[in-house]
Amino acid sequence: MALAPAITDLEKLKDKPEIAALLEWNAAAVTGAKLDRDELTVWIERNSIVAACTFLRDHSQLRFNMLTDVTAVDWYPSEPRFEVVYQLLSIPRKSRLRVKVRLNGDDARLGSVISVWSSCNFFEREVFDLFGIHFEGHPFLKRIMLPEDWKGHPLRKDYPVEGYR
Amino acid sequence: MALTQTPALEPGADKTMILNMGPQHPSTHGVLRLVVEIDGETIVRIMPDIGYLHTGIEKTCEAKFYQQVVPLTDRIDYLCPMTNNLTYCLAVEKLLGLEIPKRAQWIRVMMNEITRINSHLVWLGTHALDIGAMSVFLYCFREREDVLRLFEMVAGQRMMTSYFRIGGLSLDLPLDFLKRVKDFADRFPSNVDEYENLLTNNPIWIGRLKGVAKITPEDAIALGATGPTLRGSGVDIDLRRDAPYTGYENFKFKVPLGKDGDVYSRYLIRVQELRESIGIVKQALEGMPEGRIKADAPKVVLPDRENMKTQMESLIYHFKIITEGFTVPEGEVYQAVESPRGEMGYYIVSDGTAKPYRVHMRSPSFANLQTLPTMCEGRLIADVVAAIGSIDIVLGDVDR
Repeated sequence: MALAPAITDLEKLKDKPEIAALLEWNAAAVTGAKLDRDELTVWIERNSIVAACTFLRDHSQLRFNMLTDVTAVDWYPSEPRFEVVYQLLSIPRKSRLRVKVRLNGDDARLGSVISVWSSCNFFEREVFDLFGIHFEGHPFLKRIMLPEDWKGHPLRKDYPVEGYR
Repeated sequence: MALTQTPALEPGADKTMILNMGPQHPSTHGVLRLVVEIDGETIVRIMPDIGYLHTGIEKTCEAKFYQQVVPLTDRIDYLCPMTNNLTYCLAVEKLLGLEIPKRAQWIRVMMNEITRINSHLVWLGTHALDIGAMSVFLYCFREREDVLRLFEMVAGQRMMTSYFRIGGLSLDLPLDFLKRVKDFADRFPSNVDEYENLLTNNPIWIGRLKGVAKITPEDAIALGATGPTLRGSGVDIDLRRDAPYTGYENFKFKVPLGKDGDVYSRYLIRVQELRESIGIVKQALEGMPEGRIKADAPKVVLPDRENMKTQMESLIYHFKIITEGFTVPEGEVYQAVESPRGEMGYYIVSDGTAKPYRVHMRSPSFANLQTLPTMCEGRLIADVVAAIGSIDIVLGDVDR
């Protein structure tokens, strides 16, 4: 089974309801999209993430009512360094969407989506703990996995696998 | 919603006090610490404190070859090792675009359901033990022993099986294995009847469980609950049926749903799932196809032992895979699987090398644990134990 190449052109992905709806809502907030291995990814501009998530949840056709996961990827040393990854699930439509936000290493902060889905509470705390990305508006952004006095953020690529501390 | 409040670690006004439950507590099923603010015996606020078993598996994965990650995945949720193996293998296979032979898929489904039985048996035994029904524990572990023997037959290990490999299975089933599974499948429904006779209509059991730790479907969805915790509130989703993987579309089974969203409905669902799982195992036994158990991808799948010893090319591939790993095309996938606890998802990013750039496990217990404050606040301390049991958390899965 040969892999089909990924489609990254926004124009070609307009037949996807998620992309069409987001572009109609605010085309400036959508910075990119990708269809790869049957999985759809949308890049959202950082300042619009909370509004975009609210839109995706409340849209009558999309109905992404569950946030199943939040994580991040560190692309050190290239910039923008971080990608925060949201995995959305629509239970009524049985469909998934991946939403991503790119962040610069020196300004790794973005809005918390806690007002949209309460489930992001632990997820965002975990990303904060292991990557050092700040979620503004999170009511209790403290380390969750590591002790409070831990130094550094282990899942960053400049944190060695062993031999540190 | 209660969760968004800042939890108080200091005693509040004169009325309330802080109670520390765990990290070493027999009913927390591992090392979970709960900070509970109580007013008399009523819970005002409750905050789970986790991370005691954090081992940094995600970081470790980044330093391993793709095939070396498989044994790490067992250790995340040690009650359903094969489900973890399966999720990881499916994710990497999706990245590679591999096609898995039918026999391997069938065996994967069968072993996955036996794993579900194993996990639910441990849950039922310990949950009943927490509530005070001691004897059920002994019955459940009697049957679990049979399951562990089956695991030992196929993988050589009772718990950390690592039986599934990227591209198929490590070995074909041993002689007589299917007969042993059939014996177990024929016997097991009567064992479930036995548990149900002890519990389902038992007035003490109903008194402790019915109406306890309720959660509405809206709250359960908002808090990211999956699996029986979500279905207990009546939300109809099961990834085996709604997003079939590894050949589940060929099997017929019912998805049990609860109505009340309380501990009792979650109990009924899991017991019903035991019966459905055994039905799937029986279907797999009947339709078990013949054929290869590994994908036809010599650069990814280790060659058969005999070929390796007789053919130069196989020997080269074996050497290359062991020493250099295999490269995986650039890309990212999120593969979700219905584990006994809910949605187990692996998010893998590949940068085109032989080691994963990023592996993230979306563990069901971690998300399900967030429902605990909503379930418990305003109720009695004794109900916390029932609530934890009904979420069925595994702390290795929570902390990773």
